[in-house]
Amino acid sequence: MTNIQAAPQRPLLDAVRVSKHYGSNEVLKEVSLQVAAGEVVCIIGPSGAGKSTFLRCINRLEVPDAGEVWVDGQAMGFEERDGKLHELTERKLSKQRASTGMVFQHFNLFPHLTVLGNVMEGPVRVQKRASKVVETEARAVLERVGLGDKIDSYPSQLSGGQRQRVAIARAVAMKPLFLLFDEPTSALDPELVGEVLTVMAGLAADGMTMLVVTHEMGFAREVADRVVFMADGGIVEQGTVDEVLVNPREARTKRFLERVLA
Amino acid sequence: MSTPSAREYVRDSVRELLPQVRLRHWGRWVIAAVILVILGALAYGASQGDISWRDIPYYVISPIILQGLVNTIILAVAAQVSAVILGVIIALMRISENPVAKWFAAAYTWLFRGLPVLLQILLWYNLALIFPRLQLGIPFTDVVFVDLSTNAVMTTFVAAFLGLMLNESAYMAEIVRAGLNSVDRGQIEAAQSIGETPLQRMWRIVLPQAMRVIIPPTGNDFINMLKGTAMASVIGYVELIRAANNIASFNLQVMETLIAAAFWYMVIVSVASVGQSYLERSFDRSDRARGGPTRRARRRLARDLVTPPLVRSHP
Ligand SMILES: Nc1ncnc2c1ncn2[C@@H]1O[C@H](COP(=O)(O)OP(=O)(O)O)[C@@H](O)[C@H]1O
Ligand SMILES: [Mg+2]
Repeated sequence: MTNIQAAPQRPLLDAVRVSKHYGSNEVLKEVSLQVAAGEVVCIIGPSGAGKSTFLRCINRLEVPDAGEVWVDGQAMGFEERDGKLHELTERKLSKQRASTGMVFQHFNLFPHLTVLGNVMEGPVRVQKRASKVVETEARAVLERVGLGDKIDSYPSQLSGGQRQRVAIARAVAMKPLFLLFDEPTSALDPELVGEVLTVMAGLAADGMTMLVVTHEMGFAREVADRVVFMADGGIVEQGTVDEVLVNPREARTKRFLERVLA
Repeated sequence: MSTPSAREYVRDSVRELLPQVRLRHWGRWVIAAVILVILGALAYGASQGDISWRDIPYYVISPIILQGLVNTIILAVAAQVSAVILGVIIALMRISENPVAKWFAAAYTWLFRGLPVLLQILLWYNLALIFPRLQLGIPFTDVVFVDLSTNAVMTTFVAAFLGLMLNESAYMAEIVRAGLNSVDRGQIEAAQSIGETPLQRMWRIVLPQAMRVIIPPTGNDFINMLKGTAMASVIGYVELIRAANNIASFNLQVMETLIAAAFWYMVIVSVASVGQSYLERSFDRSDRARGGPTRRARRRLARDLVTPPLVRSHP
């Protein structure tokens, strides 16, 4: 990395040749992706393509074998010193992660905390902000995802769609630089998908930077600035909605779209 | 056959119901009677025994027995509390990524769970036979920070405490490990995703959820521990049984004093049981989760984790 590349026009998120393997299974093969601030990028692709693994390599829930992930000019998991990247301790990495947010397929809400407790956990415990201020903000965020009346409920008392909206609120409350979504609606009953997608579209409209793995082609078409098609551990093609979803160049993309849109 | 008229239906629905004769459960009456007869026979037999029932209440509140009661409780609580702390440490080593720590924890559990508690107590108590002095210093030099007579350190309390505590810590390590493993991996990932440090993840997210699995078997273990302290009597620690024997050695009222001790065991075990269900309930309140393991599943897990008392607390 030279200093010229680290200039301000560098994208908010810059994944450079990220590789990951499990045993002999090459899950990610030198995947590179850049996401600019305010951009909404949807990743589509068949199951097993490595989409989740790629997302988890970005916030380092999974440690890549090779490659770099730059977030806002910092290499995730490393400290740049005398021309080298020195690996961070788990503690310091945690601090770095606080600037990113993630929404999981299975919500992963904390069952022993109330809805408000779930949303306040990060800002209070990690960012060490005053809980009075945080509570006001958390209430506002929950209001925005339409759960202002569920503040004192426990996750088990909510529907799947409500749980996922709490999970989104939990991530948003950290005021992250960007949000990662890993199939946020795949575990939901069909009639509950809409309410979650609506919240996500609202965030996108507010200018939140988002990287969304999804099978919801309708959402991608409506909201995405860019669509990325992944297969076999690599990016097959990427471009605008028109370029990838309407007029794909690659045969693999066509076959995949025919299958999911059928 | 003629169909009944509407009038007949109406009459049918307002007529008096026929009396019903309930089934008499003669078998139950017979069994109940047999049980009562047997109990009566036993009570009569007991009353014929050469035992002085009137003396028992006196022993129950005698200062010697009460001192034994206090010593029993002190030993059990000290051993259990230390075992919980040590068990957590061993469990964390067991699930850590450090192969040496993992190996050590496994070996520790294997050793201290494998040996009978009574044997462990006897080994500690007789430590002076092989190490007359306990020294802390730098090997191969003359530097010694601490130098103590083993017999002075290894009192009956210390030997019993070590034997009970180390054995229990091995069980606690397994209980805590099962508790930690019961928490979904996604919980840790969610905590990571909001930037929590490893310590915060453990303390704020994993442990509170693991407690629901950890508490029931720990309560059972404590109840076993209360009874297990009886083994300390063998080396002369004056807990309830030793206290009872001390009185009996003067006046030969062996059964009377033992029954007084039995009374106190029943009391402390009952109190501990009530405390356990109270604790369980208070940790259940935060868990209206249909997501986590259900109360029933946790009880089952708790039951599986608790080794039958026969193996545990009898010499
Ligand atoms: N923790 C893991 N251990 C071993 N193999 C894994 C692990 N996670 C994912 N994989 C494998 O990596 C491949 C890609 O998985 P994933 O990233 O989940 O794909 P996608 O999200 O596109 O469906 C799959 O073949 C999967 O079996
Ligand atoms: Mg996936």
